[in-house]
Amino acid sequence: MAKIAIIDYGLGNLRSVKKAIEKTTAKTEITDNNEKIRKADGIIIPGVGAFEDGIKNLSKYREEIYRAFENDKPVLGICLGMQLTLTKGYEGNKELKGLDIIQGEVISLPTQKKVPHIGWNSIKLTQNHPLLKGIGNGDYFYFVHSYYTNTASERDVLAECRYGINFPAVISRKNYVGVQFHPEKSGKKGIQLLKNFVEYCKS
Amino acid sequence: MLTKRIIPCLDVKLGKEGGKVVKGVEFEDLKEAGNPVELSKRYNKDLADELVFLDITASSDNRKTMLDVVKKTSEEVFIPLTVGGGISSTEEIKKTLRAGADKVSINTAAVKDPNLLSKGARLFGSQCIVSAIDAKRRYEEKENKNLVEFEDGRKGWFEVYTYGGREPTGKDAIKWASEVEKKGAGEILLTSMDKDGKKSGYDIGLTKNVSENVNIPVIASGGGGNPQHFVEAFKKGKADACLAASIFHYKEYSIKNLKKELKENDINVRI
Repeated sequence: MAKIAIIDYGLGNLRSVKKAIEKTTAKTEITDNNEKIRKADGIIIPGVGAFEDGIKNLSKYREEIYRAFENDKPVLGICLGMQLTLTKGYEGNKELKGLDIIQGEVISLPTQKKVPHIGWNSIKLTQNHPLLKGIGNGDYFYFVHSYYTNTASERDVLAECRYGINFPAVISRKNYVGVQFHPEKSGKKGIQLLKNFVEYCKS
Repeated sequence: MLTKRIIPCLDVKLGKEGGKVVKGVEFEDLKEAGNPVELSKRYNKDLADELVFLDITASSDNRKTMLDVVKKTSEEVFIPLTVGGGISSTEEIKKTLRAGADKVSINTAAVKDPNLLSKGARLFGSQCIVSAIDAKRRYEEKENKNLVEFEDGRKGWFEVYTYGGREPTGKDAIKWASEVEKKGAGEILLTSMDKDGKKSGYDIGLTKNVSENVNIPVIASGGGGNPQHFVEAFKKGKADACLAASIFHYKEYSIKNLKKELKENDINVRI
């Protein structure tokens, strides 16, 4: 049975992520312990909230995340957890450094539409990936965010979403995958994606 | 494409036995409608886009029971869950989110201290701070108020109420909506007290005026009785989501069938 560590860096509704993973029959633990993160078969970086607080609170786990990335251990970033893996983020007037696993920047959604972008939106797949097994073009996922990841290369993008502009819904590099939406809040399709992640951790 | 959301609302009355869903007409005369966890599961299967729980007793004695209901629901239902009723501090926001809620809705406490919204937004993110506004029509042309023409041609303004519709505040609802947006609310849950529980349609004037005046999503609430009411709230009222209770609780319409009708009316929904 795959063991999944959900990093508790003080932000977000972690309980829902845990309960959703348990639906897939994997063992999972919400943890702030680097030892446990190191021993897990897969890591989830959850999170909602601000980039500045997020990256500050996540810094304690930075080395473990890099180690997982180097060792091909599956890592899933959700929403803010995904955004923090980019090179840098702009919030207010500040430029903030991210984990730089995926090159690019995190910037505000254009305000010709209402922001935050809240609700169920469809995604368009641009590349195949084991994480997207059973997920098709036009499937709906639950989004809630005011910023998006402007990746430097299209090769890192697995799926897009449209809200005024096209932006990445799923990004990936090596064993790392980031999703802008909340799979733990996206009903059946969301559970399917988490199930795929658990399978990915086992293989 | 972003879809319009359909949100069943569960007014939860808490007691020792756990909690019961009730639905009132114009905020009084409550009828019982079922067990909140079971009802949530039913709505999830029926393609509800989100769920809202309102603790209508809103007393601190019952807070723990509400958190238990939230915990149980969030273990079974994997769609967004908003919880409101009597939340008045960042500590209570935190506890509610930790129990498994994704958002909290705040009315009375925000009117008393608007900084609660900014504090909550800074600590937990705007996306989980929903400003609930209960508005009632005032048929008078008063200075410094946003005047709106009602269906019958008369003019008036909308007043904000607190304490579950018991306390008038003198505040203009349209202005207040802009203020809560500036304070950091990520969404507005806008209830028409005149329409609530009557199933005669949403207050289109209220919804449209608030929705066009802010750049955050607005959830229309109060009056949804048949699919055409929802069509109007989305098309004329410019609502981003519609909340309803009785129409779903008593199985008059399934959410799926409602969504089919919305789709036939060119409204983009998740089916």
